[in-house]
Amino acid sequence: MQPDIFALRRRQWIIFFGLIAVLTYGSILLTDYNLIQGFTAIPRAFAWATANFIPDAAALERMPNILAKLWETVLISISSATTASALGLIMALLGANTTRPHPWFSVPARGIASIFRNIDVSAWALILLFSFGQSSFTGFFALFFVTFGFIVRVMVETIDEVSTDSVEALRATGAGYVAIITQSVIPSCLPQLISWVLFMIETNIRSATLVGILTGTGIGFLFDLYYKSGNYSSASLVVLMIVVAVLLIESVSNTIRRAVL
Amino acid sequence: MPLLEVEALTKRYGSETLALNNISFDVAAGEFVVIIGPSGAGKSTLLRCVNRLVDISDGDVRFDGVSVPTLRGKTLRRQRTQIGMIFQHYNLVNRLSVIENVLHGRLGYKNVFQGMFGIYTEEEKQDAVRILASLGLSEQTYKRCDQLSGGQKQRVGIARALVQKPKLILCDEPIASLDPSAAKIIMDTLQDINRNTGITVLVNLHQVDVALRYADRIIGVNSGTIMYDGPPDALSNEQIHQIYGSEAGELILDLRERYAA
Repeated sequence: MQPDIFALRRRQWIIFFGLIAVLTYGSILLTDYNLIQGFTAIPRAFAWATANFIPDAAALERMPNILAKLWETVLISISSATTASALGLIMALLGANTTRPHPWFSVPARGIASIFRNIDVSAWALILLFSFGQSSFTGFFALFFVTFGFIVRVMVETIDEVSTDSVEALRATGAGYVAIITQSVIPSCLPQLISWVLFMIETNIRSATLVGILTGTGIGFLFDLYYKSGNYSSASLVVLMIVVAVLLIESVSNTIRRAVL
Repeated sequence: MPLLEVEALTKRYGSETLALNNISFDVAAGEFVVIIGPSGAGKSTLLRCVNRLVDISDGDVRFDGVSVPTLRGKTLRRQRTQIGMIFQHYNLVNRLSVIENVLHGRLGYKNVFQGMFGIYTEEEKQDAVRILASLGLSEQTYKRCDQLSGGQKQRVGIARALVQKPKLILCDEPIASLDPSAAKIIMDTLQDINRNTGITVLVNLHQVDVALRYADRIIGVNSGTIMYDGPPDALSNEQIHQIYGSEAGELILDLRERYAA
């Protein structure tokens, strides 16, 4: 007789949810976390936040200072994303199967990118703090390294995906390496490249806040300063302005994406 | 002297896979030669040994009196400019216009600077426009390639090969992705080019009936060795069986009889 597939499925579901329940309850017991107390605290937390975090007149007076720092942060995010992408593209060309000058290039190029990518941006910020101290360079290079690692990875895949065929055709015509890259690989990859650069600019602006807190520069520093001095209304204005900036950048980059594709 | 001399050509992938085993044949200038054989027989590899898109393991290929296996760098590129190639998947840069794709055929004649920026002379551009007109693509000249049908894309591929001013055109399964009517246009075009300009044509085909109709000469390949080399009229059903292995049997016989009737 056929084993009953429905009974089997039911048994699998019961085991699955049973496991989840056991894991959750076990974790709560081990960490001494009171679930009910945690959830009932949420309304009180909101009430406190609305009382203390609403930007007041004093906070609005600091607006020019906040905008100046925000502008600096946005510019650093953009410049780190674009320079890292330019270098990352070159590294990706060396690493991609289609465009590598020699098979030996592939593993080192991908390996270097993987190291840069897998060290978190906050770790980079703390490492670089030793070399550059409390300056914009620290933030710039922390964002630069992570963007570089990321762009190499996605562009290696994109290059192999979209340009293998046309590269073969151009090699067959006798075209040289540089001409193949500029006339075939770059035009084929351009929409994806632009899209990823825009994505990295958005990501960098978000991480710039954290990097700033850690390294004492840019908008993150301002947030840290206000927050630690108990000036919560100004700190929340900083957060609000960051959200506005990210939304603005996102809508601009979405417009560019639509135009390019 | 034959235009193309293949002598004891052997190609191994890795240490075990023998793609081509001791292949020898000559092609005279102006011939229309079709290579038939099952998938994986080594047809594509054979074409790619002629313009060195794959490296040759053993034996010799001489094109226009020049030995191909040892060519490197600039001399290899100069050799490739004399050999056009068209592909099953057209291998165009889809985001570029038709005329830009056609002009890619001139990149083999460019130095690094000209190739990098895609600088073409007025004559080259006029020539590309003229060739496109002769292939019935005047209206498509400035369209992006991703707006074209398969048959049109393949004609752009042919134009890219013609603009090279080649002595030989290699065609790797040129009609395998096309519907029957587009396929006929492509095969007729290749035949016209062969008859009117005297350019030698070497085509890989799956379709035995098409091969019998268009070829001056048929080369049958199976498992990397030549099973038949001669005029289409002398190719018997038994020999077609041999080329495709016994299982292929019935369908090919059907086609053969329909064509004969």
